[in-house]
Amino acid sequence: MKTLNNKILKIVFPTALLLVTMISCERELSEDIEPATFPNTAEIFTDAPVGLTDQFFRSFDPAAGANTDGFGVDNITVYEGSASIRIDVPASNDPNGGFIGGVFEDRGDGRNLTGYDALTFWAKGTTSGTVLVGFGTDFDKLETEPSYATNASIQMTTGWKKYTIPIPDTSKLVQEKGMFLFSAGGFDPLGDGPNGNEVAWTFWIDELRFENLGTSRLINPFILAGQDVVDNQFSGATLQIDALGANFNLADGQNLSVLTDSGYFDFESSDTTVATVTSSGFVNVISPGTTTITGSIGNQQAIGSLTINASGPFVNATDPTLPQTDVISIYSDFYTGVTGLNPGVFAGPNTTSISIQSSAGNDHLRFESIDFVGIGWDGTVNATGETMVHIDVQLTSASGSNLVMELLDFGLDDIDNGFGDGSAGGFNLSSQLIQNQWVGIDIPLNGFTLGTGGGGSGNPNLGNIGNIILVSSNGASFLVDNIYFY
Amino acid sequence: MKKIIKNNILALAIISSFVLVSCDNDETQTVAELTNLVMADEFDIDGAPDSSIWTYDLGDGTQQGLPSGWGNNELQVYTDNSENVEVQNGLLVITAREASSGGFTSARIKTQGLFEQQYGRFEARIKLPQGKGLWPAFWLLGSDCDTNPWPACGEIDIMEYLGDNPTSIFGTVHGPGYSGGESISKEYVLTDNRFDTDFHIFGIEWSPNQINYYVDDVLYQTITPEMVSDETDGEGTWVFNNQPFYIILNIAVGGNLPGSPDANTVFPQRMLVDYVRVYN
Repeated sequence: MKTLNNKILKIVFPTALLLVTMISCERELSEDIEPATFPNTAEIFTDAPVGLTDQFFRSFDPAAGANTDGFGVDNITVYEGSASIRIDVPASNDPNGGFIGGVFEDRGDGRNLTGYDALTFWAKGTTSGTVLVGFGTDFDKLETEPSYATNASIQMTTGWKKYTIPIPDTSKLVQEKGMFLFSAGGFDPLGDGPNGNEVAWTFWIDELRFENLGTSRLINPFILAGQDVVDNQFSGATLQIDALGANFNLADGQNLSVLTDSGYFDFESSDTTVATVTSSGFVNVISPGTTTITGSIGNQQAIGSLTINASGPFVNATDPTLPQTDVISIYSDFYTGVTGLNPGVFAGPNTTSISIQSSAGNDHLRFESIDFVGIGWDGTVNATGETMVHIDVQLTSASGSNLVMELLDFGLDDIDNGFGDGSAGGFNLSSQLIQNQWVGIDIPLNGFTLGTGGGGSGNPNLGNIGNIILVSSNGASFLVDNIYFY
Repeated sequence: MKKIIKNNILALAIISSFVLVSCDNDETQTVAELTNLVMADEFDIDGAPDSSIWTYDLGDGTQQGLPSGWGNNELQVYTDNSENVEVQNGLLVITAREASSGGFTSARIKTQGLFEQQYGRFEARIKLPQGKGLWPAFWLLGSDCDTNPWPACGEIDIMEYLGDNPTSIFGTVHGPGYSGGESISKEYVLTDNRFDTDFHIFGIEWSPNQINYYVDDVLYQTITPEMVSDETDGEGTWVFNNQPFYIILNIAVGGNLPGSPDANTVFPQRMLVDYVRVYN
């Protein structure tokens, strides 16, 4: 009973206990109190799993394409001792799953890895395939708990080679269950990108453990992939700081970039009256002004930052007033419209981003620096009974940005297969746009007289409209809401 | 409980002193014996290096009669600007920079004509830079190199380091018959640390017919006339019993040995020197 009480006390008041320990050095500790640390076992796999769960390997979700067939232990090809881990990576067209990967988890409550500075292992492959490897991923970890997932891409060689994945902050891993993660896809001998022709290959891992090397140097942590990003936002917006990681220089002089979760980082907002940032990198924009969000690991400042220029609360476009029965809606929170709306069925190569944003429960589309984008939906709509189309646009790039709206009619076959039966025409919105202000534009359907970038000659048919295309010759950025025919 | 802890501490103390004593008694591990300090710069006064001890080599080597690049195709131009060499917060800071014009600037300071000594223990505590193309060194040249051209005047490289090999340094001698690529050299590798993340001590103890090289508390090389003779098939001459030498500290950038900086080399890069001490 006494032991139990002390253990509860230990869990609830670890700081208080530490204090007692420090100010009472002359007194012996009660034998009932044990140090509140977890095992510091270094080994993960030497000739057998060390302290891992009975299932040893926990695969990624087969429903997402993970192949569970290729994981095993090899007693012939070993770096040291009697066994290694053998992973047969499937071809990308393998019916049982086109990639292999998963995690090894500690069978207890987790390990204290603070005495180590790197995950290390020996490995070789049948070819120079690439594998994502790391630690800190535990499938059962709650999203509310800090995550220390750390992963890096390594390239195999056909001879045994030792690999080092440094721990970004050795003080953080006081109770970690995610011992190892790997993920690999088929080898691409043609180097022509992921296109389904990747072939099967095999790699082996041996002597997998944590070590205290002392030979890795943290060059710099990074947030937002090391970029200094400037973003215009409204009060009330929320953002996630991502693309986190750290660049290391290893003992052999080579650099290694690891990607990490937010657990290692401290974040700071230069003006917390404008925006605050949580320990997991979640930003709340509060009021107008400018603030810069930065990050650090330990006392080392991360490269990359997010400067937020915040304006007042976002104002949504004016609500439409026509009754549902009078409109064919493409995109609006106020009407039932087409299904399967996709704001970027296709986009030009210089388009920066396409997203759906929400303010006070009202969605709108956000387009950043487009050349052209196609808004699509399931099937086509017949607007032959209508005379007008409405669109709300808020220009967010500079005044003078050019924007043309095009209607693309797929023709009687309902398929986008060129201008045999298809037709398209454009209408120039530019002169009506006002920077940072919603403008409702109502266009007669016989006004789409311009030729289109895709080859349409103007005055499209209206019976099988399949795309609304937005085109800018100078990289316009803008918001869109409430597109409907009436 | 308390008693046991005390005993453990005592035991540790005994072991430590035993190790120290055994070091001195070990014939092959005489790290350093000379303790009579004759010159020290602790770099405690901020500003330019103490002009009573240090002077400069400037430019690209052509003023010294060498081909541009100090005879090694090095890329830097040495200056005496504070942005390249300065004493700050108790440290000598030599900084290699990428100039906006595209080249590199750095610094090379020396004790020529100000402090020169034959024999003794030369030691410095240094933290080194990182990145391909960086080539810092702590080294000695014979005082008569102006009249008795290198390599005849002799060169003792206490520490040379290449920035893309952060766990390794090397100690070298150059003389007639064993210079440049034919010099007599040995590498010392840290297995659990790096030279760019912590300070380390680099030293030699130089006596007639012997130069001992050490890093921290490890003696890793002894060079003798017999060794020079063996390595050069009897062609090389021992030139280290003849005259005093002076001290040089520098960072070279690029050149034949390290190769050029690459895309991963970040500038500026600094060599931090905590002290230079000479004993006899």
